[in-house]
Amino acid sequence: MDSMTYIAIFSIITAGITMAIGAIGPALGEGRAVAAALSSLAQQPDASATITRTLFVGLAMIESTAIYCFVVSMILLFANPFWNDAIARTTG
Amino acid sequence: MRLSPDDIIYWQLGFWKLNGTIVSTWILMLVLVLSALLITRRLAMGLQRSRWQNLLEIIVSTILQQIEDVGLKQPRQYLAFLGSLFLFVAIASIATIIPSYEPPTGSLSTTAALALCVFVAVPLFGIRAHGLRGYLRAYAQPTPIMLPFNIISEFSRTLALAIRLFGNMMSGSMIIAILLVVTPFIFPIVMTLLGLLTGMVQAYIFFILATVYIAAATHTHS
Repeated sequence: MDSMTYIAIFSIITAGITMAIGAIGPALGEGRAVAAALSSLAQQPDASATITRTLFVGLAMIESTAIYCFVVSMILLFANPFWNDAIARTTG
Repeated sequence: MRLSPDDIIYWQLGFWKLNGTIVSTWILMLVLVLSALLITRRLAMGLQRSRWQNLLEIIVSTILQQIEDVGLKQPRQYLAFLGSLFLFVAIASIATIIPSYEPPTGSLSTTAALALCVFVAVPLFGIRAHGLRGYLRAYAQPTPIMLPFNIISEFSRTLALAIRLFGNMMSGSMIIAILLVVTPFIFPIVMTLLGLLTGMVQAYIFFILATVYIAAATHTHS
């Protein structure tokens, strides 16, 4: 197998692993955050506006770690710099 | 598959390219500026005001209230910068309901530019509040050992700001593009709805984070 095949194999495998591991952590974190927000909503329904706003901001902050992993895996799949380099070497 | 609207090129003259990001940014700017001009041309002081003036007043007073909630005492002097950041990002994601429109915030160039605006504005507001020496001294707080970490955090949060917005917007259009291949009938619409929600939340977060950074820079440390 030549180097381009290796680059393709490892890019795809790494993209999958990145997405898989990168989804576990934020999923657990978001679950804990929503559980805590729900119990505090049940305790203090008057503060629902503040709690919901803070929850949304916190969720988006937590989610952004998953988004970073998604960006990395998308770069590996569709805009892989090593792949482009290998193509440039073989053609030119 | 396209990663960003940077790859749609409408017109090219040598090095200069007019890509989808620039065109949709210009259209958004035009829409925002023209509508603001048209609405504020006839402002009513009494109770008889047009519905558009009501809309603008709601938006402006909500933004002012949010800025004040974060802890900036005089929200009016930050309204122009923070409000336009929020409005641009929010309108850019709301306009995805228009067919064949790609949000300019789905390109890393736009989000990096917005994050750089925050990166430049935070020291400017800080210097205006404390003077140059006072602002620079805040980097050595609480001890001078923290100096490199404070400087690193200044850069890393700018990077995180840019990547967060870009990733969310890009993932929205990417998921819709993938779903159009797999289930082209109803699911893309549902995901578009979800994209509208995340777009608004991201606009709010971008705005709140910029506000928090400015509040941290202008905060009076005793």
